[in-house]
Amino acid sequence: MTRPTRPQSAPAEAATSATPVLELRGIRKSFGSNVVLDGIDLAVQAGEVVVLVGPSGCGKSTLLRCAIGLEQIDGGEVLLDGSVVSGAQRDQQARTRMGMVFQSYDLFPNMTVLDNVTLAPTLVRNADKAQAEERARALLARVGLAEKADAWPNTLSGGQQQRVAICRALAMDPEVLLLDEVTAALDPEMVHEVLQVVLELADEGLTMLIVTHEMSFARAIADRVVMLDGGVVVEEGGPDFFEHPQTERARAFLRTFEFHRVGR
Amino acid sequence: MGAEFLFQGATIQRLLAGLGVTLRISLISVALSVPLGVVMGVLFTRKNRVLRAVLRVYLDFIRVMPQLVLLFLVFFGSASSLGLNFSGEVASIIVFTAWGAAELGDLVRAALEAIPQSQYDGAFALGLTSKQTFARVILPQALRSLLPPSVNLVTRIIKTTSLCMLIGVVEVVRVGQQIIDFNRFDYPMGALWTYATLALLYFVICWPLSLLSRWLEKRSSR
Repeated sequence: MTRPTRPQSAPAEAATSATPVLELRGIRKSFGSNVVLDGIDLAVQAGEVVVLVGPSGCGKSTLLRCAIGLEQIDGGEVLLDGSVVSGAQRDQQARTRMGMVFQSYDLFPNMTVLDNVTLAPTLVRNADKAQAEERARALLARVGLAEKADAWPNTLSGGQQQRVAICRALAMDPEVLLLDEVTAALDPEMVHEVLQVVLELADEGLTMLIVTHEMSFARAIADRVVMLDGGVVVEEGGPDFFEHPQTERARAFLRTFEFHRVGR
Repeated sequence: MGAEFLFQGATIQRLLAGLGVTLRISLISVALSVPLGVVMGVLFTRKNRVLRAVLRVYLDFIRVMPQLVLLFLVFFGSASSLGLNFSGEVASIIVFTAWGAAELGDLVRAALEAIPQSQYDGAFALGLTSKQTFARVILPQALRSLLPPSVNLVTRIIKTTSLCMLIGVVEVVRVGQQIIDFNRFDYPMGALWTYATLALLYFVICWPLSLLSRWLEKRSSR
């Protein structure tokens, strides 16, 4: 899995000038006495793909859920294009500017694939039904599921369902797409078809914040890698994070993906 | 054969009129139970503890009481202690509505709670309001799993209305008894034929409902 360098991808330079699409400032979140996020700062520039890695339970998913407002944050703020959207009651308008795809796809089983994709545009954006359907079919065609438009979600494989879930999120034209371990629930042979779609989206310049355990995928897609552990950012770097981790914790984490036979 | 009396005079018409009373009590009770039960079920899933406790006590009270006791309670109890004189039919509708709403409320609660949190999360992430989420995502799914047991509940209500004759309602079983009493001396086997006819009438009404419930169940597990 390789990805050609994109012409617009110069995030390191852009970071200093442009306002980030998504910015998290000092995000704190606890569940009871368990501090999951202890002051996270993170900015995602337009067109940038940021990959969050870290050991299980380090708060990566929680951070995404806080960013989109599924979890109330205990401290800090979430900014979209420079304006704060993390008030006690985030308005519907701000919510629709971010998209999220979940580990367990969570398509709505009571409607067809096409209706899953057109639901939010027609309901939230009052889009014309025919136009929304046309758009949905185009999105489905792009992920190779044109012929599945009228199928029911439970007749699709996990990989197909996840690709529909991606279309469903894209139908709202999110400024930033959050992907939460989108392949963790998939059989190995389906992982590739989903990640290929995500990779293509990255090449088209979609801004994404991705949580994944697929290290080779992370290496292929990341403009920037952020490692979380113990509720804080441990290390942040370019794709060379994987070859040259700076901190001992990052090195220890990356070693857990390698296999060594004893006595060789 | 000894069953000729069934086709003499107005016997059949009287039985059908009795069946009409049975169905009227059942259907009015069901029609009233549906909105009440849905509201109750939705309230049940709220986090308010007092509300839940009140509903739980109500549901358990209705459940542990034999329907006959509830009928006596409403028909005689309200007359003697509250001075309200309900007709037998009104008392019956009150009892079966209270019962149907409680049972349906519990079914609605179970159906709503069976929907995973991730469905709410998915709708939230798409920007749907909580009202839109409930109307377009949650409720249709809940209805699907709710329909088969609800149809069964209707069958149970129809059958149980036979108790209403004990507070003087002339429904189909009571009519049957009148017919038996009327023909007791001329047709010694009259009771058997009459009860067989009653069984057939109940079967004709309830069997299609049972089939419908099974069909819905098969469909919802698709």
